[in-house]
Amino acid sequence: MHNSIVLVKQVPDTSNISGQVMKEDGTVNRSKLPAIFNFEDKVALEFALQIKDQSGGKVTVLTMGPPRASDVLRECLYMGADEAYLITDRKFAGADTLATSYVLSEAIKKIGSYDFIFAGRQAIDGDTAQVGPQTAEKLNIPQVTYAERILEIKDRSVRVRRKIDGGYEILDCVLPVLMTVIKDAGEPRPFSAKRVMAFKGAKSLLELEKMAEGNSLLYIDKLVFEYTSRSLFIPTLTADDLNIDAARCGVKGSPTKVYSVESVVLTGNDPVQIENSKAGMNSLIDKLMEDRILG
Amino acid sequence: MNQLDNNVWVFVEQRGGMPSDVSLELLSKGRKLADAMNGSLISVVIGSGVKNISAESFRYGADESFLVDHPQLKNYATLAYARILNALVDQHKPRVVLFGASVIGRDLAPRVASHSRSGLTADCTDLQVSNVSYLGKEFKDLLLQIRPAFGGNIIATIITPDTRTQMATVREGVMEMHPSPTPRAAKIIEIPFIPDEVDGLVTLVEQHREERKVNLKGAAIIVAGGYGLRTKESFKLIHELAHAIGGEVAGSRAAVDAGFIPHERQVGQTGVTVRPKLYFAIGISGAIQHRAGMQEAKKIIAINTDPDAPIFEISHYSIIGDARDVIPRFIEAYKSKLK
Repeated sequence: MHNSIVLVKQVPDTSNISGQVMKEDGTVNRSKLPAIFNFEDKVALEFALQIKDQSGGKVTVLTMGPPRASDVLRECLYMGADEAYLITDRKFAGADTLATSYVLSEAIKKIGSYDFIFAGRQAIDGDTAQVGPQTAEKLNIPQVTYAERILEIKDRSVRVRRKIDGGYEILDCVLPVLMTVIKDAGEPRPFSAKRVMAFKGAKSLLELEKMAEGNSLLYIDKLVFEYTSRSLFIPTLTADDLNIDAARCGVKGSPTKVYSVESVVLTGNDPVQIENSKAGMNSLIDKLMEDRILG
Repeated sequence: MNQLDNNVWVFVEQRGGMPSDVSLELLSKGRKLADAMNGSLISVVIGSGVKNISAESFRYGADESFLVDHPQLKNYATLAYARILNALVDQHKPRVVLFGASVIGRDLAPRVASHSRSGLTADCTDLQVSNVSYLGKEFKDLLLQIRPAFGGNIIATIITPDTRTQMATVREGVMEMHPSPTPRAAKIIEIPFIPDEVDGLVTLVEQHREERKVNLKGAAIIVAGGYGLRTKESFKLIHELAHAIGGEVAGSRAAVDAGFIPHERQVGQTGVTVRPKLYFAIGISGAIQHRAGMQEAKKIIAINTDPDAPIFEISHYSIIGDARDVIPRFIEAYKSKLK
């Protein structure tokens, strides 16, 4: 039996970004973008669920993000996660990878024992691939990045195949380990209809607070108790809940700063228009041959 | 060496005792950065029997080389390599550390940056040194870490003003490799390696690697296709054109994501950077991540159905039209010229 923690992220769908969604300081105004489940993190969850299917254990999901990130946590519950934590606080906002990994590592320490930590290799909003290794460093455990496949799990070790430049390698690793997985490593399972029915009403503390707001008959403590007893509570961790140094979180704890952002002004090459016709092609090829670019 | 010199370090990645191209490219760039901030350029070489790599780094501008040579370090291993670099960074507090954005560099750099709590910027497409005024404070000789961000309309300049050590990764091919015109006198500083039982937590069972079959970087002609081709079937036209004119086939990230072409043939910020004589951009809209990888091509021919596609703003020749129509016409015209 092995317990897994999975790190997931809700990301802006960066395939369609326009200048209007940028804030003055160069960060993205995420509220203006459709938010999606970072795909490689879904593959990471699939890895954890497969281990659970084979030999039992518990799968706990963590995400750090704004309140609406609980959407991806519900999706994790639909796929089969046992428990999902939302880590959220204004103090965490604007974090770079170093500050993010600090908060995640403190949350993991709080949540407790694990054999595996899984995460996607990278999130599509930054493509940095840094949070996984930085979290492993903070927890002082080994890491296996670019994992493709788990070949064998023993009681206290794992054999894993990972991608390297130009091929692959196979590593034996003592547990616990943090693994980041690539998108080709697996196919995330679809939501289970039964679990969607069961968990679509799952709510984070912030969502319950919203429900209680303006309704004098609802008390937040009672709501939390009720939702917890029905296994529909998404536990929420804030800076106060974690043993955290505020100077290492959010913007304050982020050494990298966006100094400037430029919308790209293209140099205004004056291209030669080539007509899409036989004559056009002939003239283009003549020019290329003249310039000795084509032989 | 004064501990607070503005020194620039390059982690020199090696496989099988050979330095990787990206490391030599970074040394070439690092030389310029070190000159700009009046510091020394130092190569950091870790491996087994790799003294020759330290020696080679002087040809690319290094003033000194830290060499950690031990049989146990033959293959890259996260824990041992990170432990070595962490100790060196703690001791010498370099101003800049550069890594290749390879699988190894992307595994190692964040671990090292986390240890010293340094800023780290991934996949930079340019690095510069400049005085900076930020939030009312003046900073001298900061490293400007420049990278496209968020979908492609934006180039962000990242700085790490408050940390002593500024770290960055750069993809292969982004910086140009050139031997230094004035190679330095070799000064290799050998650092002893003390094995630690922690290193045994991860062991290498086996490794399979094929020499790179695709050499986009060295190709004179590249024919690249994008998502505009729509289907794998029409992407075959890209192969046909490349075959007809003796070029290499490449693609945009969207083409790779759509499964039209393998990742090793991706041109752009998260792929390969190329500088061919002739570059065809076909059905590629021209997001900045793609342009970052090809805009230094000598001649660019863009083929796109959308007359407003940004690729037309950097192309030398523009053809507005459907690739399925244009490519066969081009091939036919080319073949008849050769007759």
